[in-house]
Amino acid sequence: MRLSVQGIVKRFGATTALGGVDLDLAEGEFLTILGPSGSGKTTLLKVVAGFEAPDAGRVRLGEEDVTEVSPRQRDVGMVFQNYALFPHLTVAQNVAFPLEMRRRPKPEIAKRVTEALALVELGALSGRLPRQLSGGQQQRVALARAVVFGPRLLLLDEPFGALDRKLREGLQLEVRRLQRRLGLTTLFITHDQEEALVMSDRIAVMNHGRLDQVGAPAEVYARPATRFVADFLGESNLLEGEARGDAVAVPGFGPVPVACPPGPATLLLRPEALRLDAKAAGLDCRATGRVVETIFLGLSAKLRIRVEGGPEVLARVPLRPSTPPPAGEGATVALGFAAEDVHVVPRG
Amino acid sequence: MSSRVADARERLLLLLALPALVLLLGLFAFPVLRLLAMSVEGGSLEYFEKAALDGLYVSVLADSLRIASVVTGICLVLAYPVALWLSRAGRLGLALGLFALLLPFWTSVLVRTYAWMVLLGRNGVMNRMLRDWGLIDAPVMLLYNTSGVLIGMVHVLLPYMVFPIYAALLRVDPDLGRAAEGLGAPAWRAFTRITLPLSLPGVSAGCALVFVLSLGFFITPALLGGGRVIMISMLIEQQVREFLDWPFAAALSAVLLAVTLGIYALVGRFGGKSHLATP
Repeated sequence: MRLSVQGIVKRFGATTALGGVDLDLAEGEFLTILGPSGSGKTTLLKVVAGFEAPDAGRVRLGEEDVTEVSPRQRDVGMVFQNYALFPHLTVAQNVAFPLEMRRRPKPEIAKRVTEALALVELGALSGRLPRQLSGGQQQRVALARAVVFGPRLLLLDEPFGALDRKLREGLQLEVRRLQRRLGLTTLFITHDQEEALVMSDRIAVMNHGRLDQVGAPAEVYARPATRFVADFLGESNLLEGEARGDAVAVPGFGPVPVACPPGPATLLLRPEALRLDAKAAGLDCRATGRVVETIFLGLSAKLRIRVEGGPEVLARVPLRPSTPPPAGEGATVALGFAAEDVHVVPRG
Repeated sequence: MSSRVADARERLLLLLALPALVLLLGLFAFPVLRLLAMSVEGGSLEYFEKAALDGLYVSVLADSLRIASVVTGICLVLAYPVALWLSRAGRLGLALGLFALLLPFWTSVLVRTYAWMVLLGRNGVMNRMLRDWGLIDAPVMLLYNTSGVLIGMVHVLLPYMVFPIYAALLRVDPDLGRAAEGLGAPAWRAFTRITLPLSLPGVSAGCALVFVLSLGFFITPALLGGGRVIMISMLIEQQVREFLDWPFAAALSAVLLAVTLGIYALVGRFGGKSHLATP
């Protein structure tokens, strides 16, 4: 079902946790709210779930205004950060809980619990207690419990935070598949930008209680709307320069031919767009620099380079068995980038 | 070298614990064992036979068990809401609540019991108040009967019920309540299905504590019961002080000890399921 959040304001004493948030989710959409801790994303989730009442603004599910509706009547499935499984109930009893509360007939409960557990591939463990399960299994029980009653909306509050990397990656894809299959409108909260890029239809980047940008992952990554978004999402070189006419003068690189209103300008250059040595030849903007640090990462290497007469930049070069090893520390390199790989970060 | 250091350290710690150990063994464990040994002196069970066959002792033990059960029940009903409130109270409420609960511990049980005599007497504060309000015409007997004993005992033992339940409730993750609510549970069903079962280890610990303490209670029932309510501990005291029948007192003590240990064993077996307590 559609979710529409309009002008949500939430204050705790003197601090403003949410300063007017607008957000619309289409039916079946998977939207991630990405932000550092303390940016207000959990508060927004609690407002949508009904655990916190907003000081201003409305929350709508489909056509219904649910701002004043209690959590128990919202029909919203939620997976908590620590899963919040009932420790004294078995897996099956945990999953049956929302159906029991809705007074569904027993045979229907049994059938739907079985289906939900099959969906997360935990049918064999239905008699276990939560503490007898691994973290990943607990997470899947929480997910089954949140979807078993056919909620209008699914909320996920950093559900992978406590899991190790490998397990997390597997579960991310699993959750995404499940969500698509059920066609559930989903609001997902994370501070992990990689997770946001992998999972989302759209990403909303949150900063100090406001949404800086809402857009498709590729869009937000390539054309961040604010300096904060550029910095928070992925690795970035933020080049400061002076815009004059049809170019921005960046110390060390010279004029970069991009359209920009005159005045001080910030250019975003992703580390992978920066080319080194032979590959830098013939590009629009070139400079020389000295390697400060080389970090080997397997598939690629990361180099910190001090540009002659300019800033320190980060370059990421792909590594193949046939390529020569990346320049070591202290080496002098030629570097360059194409003007079309540069994004002008709007002044905020 | 390092193990010798550890040995020396252990010896030193043992040395420091020695006074307490000697005190406990010499002045508590030894006399208790001596007393228990007295009950089977000469290898005969005649004193136990007397306790079992004489209707008086059996009925007093039954009365003691009954009073202990009632006190435990009243304490549970009164304590659970208090513990629940404390576990959700703000900082100020919590400080006030804990202060009110701990305050009685600063006064001796004897003083508190005499205070109840002043409050509950025929012309005591309570009766006067009820009369002034026009709720009663003639004074109500609140003292020197079972009601007086129950009131006094509940008052003394209530904190022993509140604290274990409060501790158990504190261990229940507040997200569980929120999760239950979000999954569609009305407040009371979230309570009966989630909060209450998860607090049961505290309930059983509190019940065992209050029950066992009531069973052996002496001062309060002796003073507030006015000789009309007899608890097993009063009979034991009587055997020692009036009849100087130490072996029989020892036999009655052994029975009381056995009942107490039996209750602890039961609670340990059925009530203390630790998985309920761990989040």
